[in-house]
Amino acid sequence: MAVINHDAELARAGANVTGWWSRILFFARRYPLGAVGAVIVLVFVLTAVFANVIAPMDPTTTDAKASLARPGGVFWLGADFMGRDMYSRIVFGARISLAVGLGATLAGGILGVSIGLMSGYLGGTVDLLTQRLMDIMQSLPLLVMALVMAAALGPSLENTIIAIAIPLVPSVARVVRSSTLSLREQPFVEAARAVGMGEVRIAVRHVLPNTLAPLIVLGTAQLGSAILVEASLSFLGLGIPEPYPSWGRMLSESAAEYVRTAPWLVIFPGVAISMTVFGTNLLGDALRDILDPRQRS
Amino acid sequence: MGAYLVRRLLLMALTLFGMSILIFVMLRLVPGNIADILVDAAGIADSKEKAKITHELGLDLPIIEQYGQWIGGLSRGDLGFAYVSERPAIEEIAPRIPISAKLAGMALFFAIIIGVPFGVISAVRQNTPLDYFLRVLSLSGLSLPSFWLGLLVLMAAVNWFGTIPIYSNEPRGLLQEFGLLAIPAAVVGFRSSALIMRLTRSSMLEVMRQDYIRTARSKGASQMSVNYDHALRNALLPVVTVIGIEAAFLVGGLIVTETVFNIPGVARFLVEAIRWRDYPIVQNLVMLIAFVVVTVNFLVDMAYMALDPRIKFAD
Repeated sequence: MAVINHDAELARAGANVTGWWSRILFFARRYPLGAVGAVIVLVFVLTAVFANVIAPMDPTTTDAKASLARPGGVFWLGADFMGRDMYSRIVFGARISLAVGLGATLAGGILGVSIGLMSGYLGGTVDLLTQRLMDIMQSLPLLVMALVMAAALGPSLENTIIAIAIPLVPSVARVVRSSTLSLREQPFVEAARAVGMGEVRIAVRHVLPNTLAPLIVLGTAQLGSAILVEASLSFLGLGIPEPYPSWGRMLSESAAEYVRTAPWLVIFPGVAISMTVFGTNLLGDALRDILDPRQRS
Repeated sequence: MGAYLVRRLLLMALTLFGMSILIFVMLRLVPGNIADILVDAAGIADSKEKAKITHELGLDLPIIEQYGQWIGGLSRGDLGFAYVSERPAIEEIAPRIPISAKLAGMALFFAIIIGVPFGVISAVRQNTPLDYFLRVLSLSGLSLPSFWLGLLVLMAAVNWFGTIPIYSNEPRGLLQEFGLLAIPAAVVGFRSSALIMRLTRSSMLEVMRQDYIRTARSKGASQMSVNYDHALRNALLPVVTVIGIEAAFLVGGLIVTETVFNIPGVARFLVEAIRWRDYPIVQNLVMLIAFVVVTVNFLVDMAYMALDPRIKFAD
């Protein structure tokens, strides 16, 4: 007969984990890929926050003599055709990607949560109308919708955030709505109503917190998508305008001209985008396993 | 069933009607119209000239009237005139559709023949180094921007062969066309293959835990037969949904890839038209994309019903 080692099983399940440091170590051991993702995302965030300390040069200062300088020496990752330091531009580019990624995810999230909560909680005609509106918005791929929105609003940092945030709204609204539909029938909602709590307060204080787990999972996935869409928009010349150092813009059509003569202009910004999105995807997968066990792979 | 179909078709029409209003209003919010661009490009600062162009293009009409003209024309198959080329929009759009359709079809084909088998292998070898490798590979597929992958392929082609295969307007024969489209199609399909692989894996894992799989094993069915005959057939249901959704959403990948590889398809044309504020082209192309998306969604639901006899849509 198999003998169960209770201590080992408890340790494996994390029952003895106390304190935040040992909790981090426990999750890192259990989800190694997620831990790698978390480290990548942390490096990305720290680079964005401390860009002016990390970058050795100003990302917008041009130097005709350094045009297309090879990597090495003063220009670690080389210089672009205007003689701007690629390393400094990539470091500051993290700031743009973080601002757009986080800004669009949060803005889309707040709008999506409000719409989803209202739609699921109120039901009836409000639900019907909002769902049809979400259907319309979802009938275009994310990049196409963002492209049209970006063109309609004009190129600027704020407009790029809005152009990406709006197409993110329907998926958030759908997730929150479906959770709300089942939650509003739960006894604790009925109990809150019985003690005389207002409907808005019930929705915000009791229903909303219970929809957070799938929202965090969705939010992490959307952060990666938002960074990719920003890069694509800027690549197509409809996102972040010059002189902001956006990773996508660095790869725009002008970079394609230098594929043969200056490959570093193509390689490094692409590595920065891919690594960041890869990190958010790894972290998102681990968070889904932790927070949403039904979808565990 | 009949009532369900009618309801679905009505919903599709409603969605497309809503999209037509949304896109029409959004395009009219754009700061500066084609008249500004044409006047600027010609270097004329004459307000009379600008007013004349605006009048000729009908941009001075009330927005509802402009919308009515567009939708009226659309229902008769008249898409209006492109502002830039001054040719009928249908003549500009129609020849580009087959190019993008072929590219999308090939991309989806690559995505399926790579995604499904690797997804099965990853699930069958769960938690082995091979599984970890395939999972990281599929995640990297979701993380790589298509345009960057395209640029890397171009760079490799230049380094190794000293040349880039450029899409010419009239490829000589099917084989040459296949050769020109294969690389861009693989670039677009890489992302979709990653998604299909991940979903096939998780769907297979779910199915492999079922009792009937244990029964198949206990009656002596071979590993191959269990994996492919018993498990995969049921695991493919959710994968069909994702393949359908990806088919419609490949347009996002096409936009940047057609730009990188200079392929004259509809997706690249959309970006050009947006830059030129060429409203007739943009609004008709957006409607075409929305039509493809809602139609594919509808077909996926129908395929679901055909594949899984347990699913019956209530009237």
